[in-house]
Amino acid sequence: MFDIKTLESYQAIDNKLYQVMDAEGKLVIPKWKSSLDNEQIVQAYRDLLFVRTADMMAVAYQRQGRMFTYPPNLGQEAIHIAAGLVMQEKDWLVPAFRELGAWLAKGVKLSEVFLYFRGHEDGSRFQEANRVLPVAVPISSQLLHASGLGYALNYQGEDAAVFAFVGDGGTSEGDFHEALNFASVWDAPVVFVIQNNQFAISVPLAMQTRSKNLAVKGIAYGMESIMVDGNDIFAMHDVFSFARDYAVTNKRPILIEAVTYRAGAHTTSDDPTKYRTSEEEEEWAKKDPVLRLQKWLTRKKLWDVSTEEELIASYRKKIDAEFEIAEHYPEYNIDDVFGYLYEEMPDELKRQKNDYMNFINSSGGVK
Amino acid sequence: MKVMNLVQAINDAMDIKLQEDKSIVVYGEDVGVEGGVFRVTEGLQVKHGKERVFDSPLAESGIAGTALGMAISGMKPIIEMQFDGFSYPAFNQIISHIARFRNRTRGKYHVPMVIRIPYGGGINALEHHSESPEAYFGHTPGLKVVIPSTPYDAKGLLIAAIEDPDPVIYLEPKRIYRAIKQEVPEEKYQIPIGKAKVISQGEDITVIAYGAMIREVQKAMVLVKEKGISVQLIDLRSIWPIDRDTIGAAVRQTGRALIVTEAQQSYGPAAELISVINEEAFLSLEAPPKRLTGFDTVIPLPLGEKHYMISPQRIAWEIEKLVNY
Repeated sequence: MFDIKTLESYQAIDNKLYQVMDAEGKLVIPKWKSSLDNEQIVQAYRDLLFVRTADMMAVAYQRQGRMFTYPPNLGQEAIHIAAGLVMQEKDWLVPAFRELGAWLAKGVKLSEVFLYFRGHEDGSRFQEANRVLPVAVPISSQLLHASGLGYALNYQGEDAAVFAFVGDGGTSEGDFHEALNFASVWDAPVVFVIQNNQFAISVPLAMQTRSKNLAVKGIAYGMESIMVDGNDIFAMHDVFSFARDYAVTNKRPILIEAVTYRAGAHTTSDDPTKYRTSEEEEEWAKKDPVLRLQKWLTRKKLWDVSTEEELIASYRKKIDAEFEIAEHYPEYNIDDVFGYLYEEMPDELKRQKNDYMNFINSSGGVK
Repeated sequence: MKVMNLVQAINDAMDIKLQEDKSIVVYGEDVGVEGGVFRVTEGLQVKHGKERVFDSPLAESGIAGTALGMAISGMKPIIEMQFDGFSYPAFNQIISHIARFRNRTRGKYHVPMVIRIPYGGGINALEHHSESPEAYFGHTPGLKVVIPSTPYDAKGLLIAAIEDPDPVIYLEPKRIYRAIKQEVPEEKYQIPIGKAKVISQGEDITVIAYGAMIREVQKAMVLVKEKGISVQLIDLRSIWPIDRDTIGAAVRQTGRALIVTEAQQSYGPAAELISVINEEAFLSLEAPPKRLTGFDTVIPLPLGEKHYMISPQRIAWEIEKLVNY
């Protein structure tokens, strides 16, 4: 069981990485036991397969010209699935833009994700999901929202946590530091998660910081911090479980650096061959989080790999159906442009809308 | 009724709303114990508690960004940017998130929040303490921007801003913080956002101004009155939404318009007002609408500021030229 003593024995300042199983799916902590039962672990593996399939299909839809720019999650899925297992209904999820599995766990519909990346704001309505913020494109700016949400939870006397995500590049932004500082000074129950996937688009971590790791950045703000193997779902689950409990019980923030690798491109508009080698990619592919759990499950005889193909085929059908919902979404209309700036549309916007409608009516529909 | 200056009127509005609505918090740099560098929040922490009126760490982006988090979870933050020139570090949060969250989430979340910013020159201050940033905010979809020119309006506009479901930038003309005293009702009332006020009726020319410039125009009106010129003075009060109807109707009456702003000229509020005048009153115009604004320069430090700030004499000079056009 991961507790405060475990945390203390993995000091970020000593560059210690919390890992439960190695790349071969073998336990590196003797007598380690998961707080998840076997059934839950098998389900987590299925979820990993599902999001990986959905993510790869999203890239394919983009390539087919059926979706615009999309940021692939490949290689980082264990972080998202582990967070999803821990986050509760009343917890807030504050994403950056590469946390697909965590969004789905919070109740965001896959069709909404597709709709958003097909270029429609309605994809951020999250009709069946509570307490999930939309994609935040300006880097690190969302972390301050998390600190404010944390203040509000305390102010309103609610026992819940905020899970806030950022990438390694985001740790260079001023807002990252302001957010950690505000959360710490205000005793806000925020679990900050750095997905250190080694690259900020093309810029490698070594050009981002001279800190020995990213978790140490929390120390200066007086918060507990830990570096975790982000490709090890057991390690991530242990740490997330502890972090949520710690944040809610102690009303304190905590910083997690999840060390991982962005196996795909930054977005579908990016070409990683320009800035990294295939040798490096192959090295990291050996540490793949899905493969790792598969090896563990197989060894435990909890999983039959031969059933996977059929399972994935059924997922593909489901995912295609979700995509079709997005693809056949009603036409983007004029009210979608003007309708959501203010609770009540100011006269000036009504006038501009009206002018435009007059044009449309006289042009026979030409925009 | 109670005689108040602007500082007291703004304080009174916050006091009433803090009393009435427990979801409201007030924070920023030095707003708690000290009561703000201009003493606008004085006494509020003692009265309403440290959880509701407090000093935040010194980071404007942090103040604005955290306020969004509070606002979307059912609270109503009133935050202070200590000076106009210190609001710039918060730009990304204000423009990229606070102004857009309702739109981005199609109304699932909205951001009821007031951002108070003391603004404008004329107080012999350091650099970055005398700026007029209203055009930046007025240009940004999703925000409302208001500026009072009297204690009465200051209280009513702030109450309206706090009760508004959308984010409001509330700019406080610091030069007249204590310069104007007026009887102000002790109870709660609203000045509607988006409505200009006709301060005085006149036949020869319409002058449109706001904030600290209103008082300067009123001094100019005394000067031109001796020459028989009668001025219709309009206090814009809302930079956005802009009150097209009042402006159009006024200029259609007089046929002449002068806009006076402390803000720099190019792409500024005066340019917007002249566009509105052209659209609404073109056929009534007897002279080209004129803008008297700050220069397109950096606001000089105190020894040079007299050249930048607009005097009643300069306003009177422009009024006379326009009337005799």
